[in-house]
Amino acid sequence: MKLASDRTARKLRAGGLALPLVAFVFLSFLAPLGNLLTRSVHEPVVADALPETLRALEGKWSGGLPPEAAFDAIARELPAARETRQIGPTATRVNRRESGMRSVIVKTARRIARFESRAEAGEPWRRLLPEIDEAWERPESWQAIRAAGERFTDRHYLNAVDLDRDASGDVVRQPAERRIYVSLFLRTLAVSLGVTVLCLLIGYPLAHLIANASASTSRMLLLLVLVPFWTSLLVRTTAWIVLLQQQGAVNDLLVWIGLVADDARLSMIYNMTGTFVAMTHVLLPFMVLPLYSVMRSIPKVHMDAAASLGAKPTQAFLRVYWPQSLPGVAAGSLLVFILSIGYYITPALVGGQSGQLISNMIAHHMQTSLNWGLAAALGGVLLLAVLALYLIYDRLVGIDKLRLG
Amino acid sequence: MEHSVRLPLARRLGRRTYLTLCGAGFAFLIAPILVIVPLSFNAEPYFTFTEGMLRLDPEAWSLRWYEAILAPENGWGAALANSLLIGVAATVIATILGTTAALGLASDAMPFRRLAMGLLLSPMVTPIIIVGVGAFFFYSSLGLAQTHLGLILAHAALGAPFVVITVTATLAGFDHTLLRAAASLGAGPFTAFRRVQLPLIAPGVASGALFAFAASFDEVVIVLFMGGLEQRTIPRQMWSGIREQISPTLLAVATLLIVFALVVLVTVEWLRRRGETPA
Repeated sequence: MKLASDRTARKLRAGGLALPLVAFVFLSFLAPLGNLLTRSVHEPVVADALPETLRALEGKWSGGLPPEAAFDAIARELPAARETRQIGPTATRVNRRESGMRSVIVKTARRIARFESRAEAGEPWRRLLPEIDEAWERPESWQAIRAAGERFTDRHYLNAVDLDRDASGDVVRQPAERRIYVSLFLRTLAVSLGVTVLCLLIGYPLAHLIANASASTSRMLLLLVLVPFWTSLLVRTTAWIVLLQQQGAVNDLLVWIGLVADDARLSMIYNMTGTFVAMTHVLLPFMVLPLYSVMRSIPKVHMDAAASLGAKPTQAFLRVYWPQSLPGVAAGSLLVFILSIGYYITPALVGGQSGQLISNMIAHHMQTSLNWGLAAALGGVLLLAVLALYLIYDRLVGIDKLRLG
Repeated sequence: MEHSVRLPLARRLGRRTYLTLCGAGFAFLIAPILVIVPLSFNAEPYFTFTEGMLRLDPEAWSLRWYEAILAPENGWGAALANSLLIGVAATVIATILGTTAALGLASDAMPFRRLAMGLLLSPMVTPIIIVGVGAFFFYSSLGLAQTHLGLILAHAALGAPFVVITVTATLAGFDHTLLRAAASLGAGPFTAFRRVQLPLIAPGVASGALFAFAASFDEVVIVLFMGGLEQRTIPRQMWSGIREQISPTLLAVATLLIVFALVVLVTVEWLRRRGETPA
């Protein structure tokens, strides 16, 4: 009895100590992520701006066009939305369904006041609206409003994987020129894989050398890994721009040696090469450090034993050393891969047009195209991928071993 | 002597290749950082070594880009003040909450230990663009976008995992009988923590705090999405410098940041060694 309550008390104490940070992470970190995920499916702007119109659009339309009530409702609600400055966001969202609708809606909202007197005299909006813009005669315009008025939508996620819904609500592929996201996701995965492999190829011998050198040499070499690790990401990116640009040190050197003609300097930055080089540089320490910590614990006598039993060096490496270093390979590779698929800063600064990854597309939709719902959905897909990798990492390596330094 | 260490030719070649590869690897890691330092003393507004610099002509070297940092109109002073304010405040929050949480997580009685650890460390691996966009949405709805407080809270969440990791690692080597000894001598739990445990885990706490500070001091994406003109930090300032018109002043700032990184690195290594030696 006493023991059980003692155990409970210790449990409560441990949980209580962790609770403040758990609560803080919930509020300052998970709540923002939740907000992002909500936005990817929840789009209330049109529904809030045109509630009565949308109600009138429900049900069956006779003769292709909605009932007159819809014309009357939108004639009331568009000017009201203009008053509350919601007309721009509303028009933008309808326009994503049917291009051209943005100007139709903004124009109608502006001009409707001029037709009020005729409407009061008894002329129906059903006739007046097409006078402002003949788009109101087309069923597609109304269908676009009805579609944009859905409060909850899977459209952003469909768009994020190059799908869409057609007029009848069936899921279809986007037209070929708008299929860009799946290939961008694939490109991001390919680049991440490439960077991971490069980091492993470069990092494995480095970690091996550090782990097997004498104590003082090992400390010196470790510093060569830790200095870039601690140096600001932006500093390292600046350094690569300075080194790799057309008038930069590497090109100067190549010209001076005579490998490259002065008028044919290599473009190594603001393209995919730049992204690859800079990302590999930034992420290499994340490969070397976990590899090193595993290799340090592999007893040196194992290789000697293999050799004394007649194994050739390659054989001894493949059969004795490599299997023991695998935990480090897994830890380093997964970490580098996880960090690279979400990479933003380096591609944004040195990737140019061709070296952009999925994160950069999210930023583009946030800052330039202002399609926040799509940005959120792309973020949701990316988050899902990272979460899956994180769980694999936990299974294979253990989150406790996650160490960035 | 010569005879005893002679290896077969193939082995020697293999060893030579291996060392060359390693040399190239280390050069790749360190060269960009080494190149940027001398270039920051270039008297000309170029990003490459001028002939004068290579001849070590004193005329070709200058401190003009360092003077440019000090000019108030370039905004580096204000950026430093912002970076320090946000970084220090975020570090304080992250260190207090992170250390407390680590004390709980290190206990074998901790309920849902794995889940809690996974949750608390998740900010480290979440793509920063998602954090930035989410923070923009969420903190805007609270009216905290474009405020220092909003950035401090967001940065504290990014820094806390580092504190959790370093402190739990230090606690793994902590001898819990010391706490019982303190209790038997009449110390309450808080006194025992403050007078016995905290001094012993202090190196871990300090290096966690340094990690958290460095994370905030180098963070640009959240600032980019959430910060306004009043919250321009050093990385934010460098970001626009790199995007718009890369100026040699950037190289001078970069050099100072490299020096800062060296100081942090040496401190962390010193703390690590202190933490390892039994007190």
